Amino acid sequence: MSATPSSTAYRQSPVSRTVAMVVLGVFTLYFLTPIWWLFIAATKERGDLTTTNPLWFSDLNLVENLQGVFTYGDGILPRWLINSVLYAGVGSLVATVLAGMCGYALAKYAFPGRELIFNVVLGGVLVPATALALPLFLIFAQVGATNTFWSVFLPSIVSPFGVYLARIYAASSVPDELLEAARLDGAGEVRTFFSVSVRLMVPALVTVYLFQFVAIWNNFFLPLIMLRDERLFPVTLGLYNWNTVVNQVPELRLYVLTGSLVSIVPLIVVFLLLQRFWRSGLGTGSLK
Amino acid sequence: MSRPTRRRVHHPGAIAIFIGPFAALFTLFYLLPVAYAVWQSTRTVERTGTFGPAEEVFGGLTQYREVIADEAFWASVGRVLLFGAVQVPVMLGVALLLALLLDSPVVKGARFFRLAFFAPYAVPGVIAAIMWGFLYSPNLSPFTGITREVDFLGSGLVLWSIANVVTWVYVGYNMLIIYSSLLSIPGEVYEAALLDGAGQWRIAWSVKIPLVLPAIILTGVFSIIGTLQLLAEPQVFRTFSTAVTSDYTPNLLVYTTAAVPNQPLAAAFSVVLALATFVLSFTFLKLTQRRAFS
Repeated sequence: MSATPSSTAYRQSPVSRTVAMVVLGVFTLYFLTPIWWLFIAATKERGDLTTTNPLWFSDLNLVENLQGVFTYGDGILPRWLINSVLYAGVGSLVATVLAGMCGYALAKYAFPGRELIFNVVLGGVLVPATALALPLFLIFAQVGATNTFWSVFLPSIVSPFGVYLARIYAASSVPDELLEAARLDGAGEVRTFFSVSVRLMVPALVTVYLFQFVAIWNNFFLPLIMLRDERLFPVTLGLYNWNTVVNQVPELRLYVLTGSLVSIVPLIVVFLLLQRFWRSGLGTGSLK
Repeated sequence: MSRPTRRRVHHPGAIAIFIGPFAALFTLFYLLPVAYAVWQSTRTVERTGTFGPAEEVFGGLTQYREVIADEAFWASVGRVLLFGAVQVPVMLGVALLLALLLDSPVVKGARFFRLAFFAPYAVPGVIAAIMWGFLYSPNLSPFTGITREVDFLGSGLVLWSIANVVTWVYVGYNMLIIYSSLLSIPGEVYEAALLDGAGQWRIAWSVKIPLVLPAIILTGVFSIIGTLQLLAEPQVFRTFSTAVTSDYTPNLLVYTTAAVPNQPLAAAFSVVLALATFVLSFTFLKLTQRRAFS
């Protein structure tokens, strides 16, 4: 993955360098200005929001805003954040383990029906999650389990794309000889997987984790349909709810903005910390 | 398909432990809902008299006849197709351009730019739509000079305002997929081209783009799926703009119909939409004559 062509020998015209840098600069402004604006807005007093320069600081009020947004409505925002961490953080961990085991078995063991299972799972990749939300609601309603934590958590731990990634990665990165050697040493299959194979599959598993984490964190339709109880909401649905009443309750406007900032910071941090896995793993997905 | 074989399967117990949990959950939360939606779509509600109790009975293809006759549904499908026909090529074009620039030796500071372009992907669609809703608004926007002149939230432009939100979030993600596949091209490939006297533009066009085509196809398929499923962004925009109606996209219509409640019709909409998505992404894969999934 790290093979980049040596660049020292190229002669480049200053014109194409300037053009390239200008293009990149313009796009940097496009991508970062909204985030910068959100950050600035979250540092302002309510009155300054519309009256001062939107892209620069006025009186710093960030700490008060954070206190306000975290305690508003009996501290519902921290609860939403914890819910999101449980849905996305724990959910994607379970999803990764399940998909990793399944993909590994599909790659490393020969048994009748293997290709059939893989093809059905691949079909699952193409089934849009939103198409499942409504029938899922009706199924959960049959057993009286809508408006529960599990009604959002359980459907989120199934990742067909994770099985696909885990399979192609296990096929190329876990050598059969290693498994044979482990067998000769008398290690069981399941133990071999968790002690040997998992380590070799780490880049793919981290990628599956990140994909699923983002998918669950961003998922809107399923919680929108499933949940009525505000205390079960993930942060996206909670902020959406606040935003729908912003015209009736104007003081919420600042809290919607501050809450939005609070909700994206953890994700940006996770992305920065794990970005090298992103790159190597995304390559696995597109190129066999 | 595996050939029928007489050979004994080794380690059946381990295979069951590895595959069992995923298979069970996949069946419960993927296959069962799909089957349930199909079944539900063949039901129909009958009443005895005007005020009699409603009763669900088998209705065959009744719901599908309604879907076909439903103008709002087809208008919403047409809207997302128009949206996709413009937004997907623009987004992937920009993603490809940025990936090629970051990969070219001309550019300094590629690491910074990569992070800057990828950052919006950390913003969930709902939050991005809320942010841009404020940015577009004629009173609250930091760019009121523009937003007072141009009505980004009016019926004429709002579709493209939403397209901009989606593009803003996903360009960096698609760029990263293409970029990582550019990185995996071995250096010797370029050396041969350089020896032949090819410049950077020529290399990008004739060497890099053909080699990253599978990655572009993959991003294309996911973008098509995403476009037809558009829901969160327009749903949020309903707060900001009266031009976004409750049947603006197919999924909004499904949601509205389910809330009526008319579950059988909503299920039929979902089934038709899922089929359309499947056919469209499959056709796209076939047309491009490469296999992104192998």
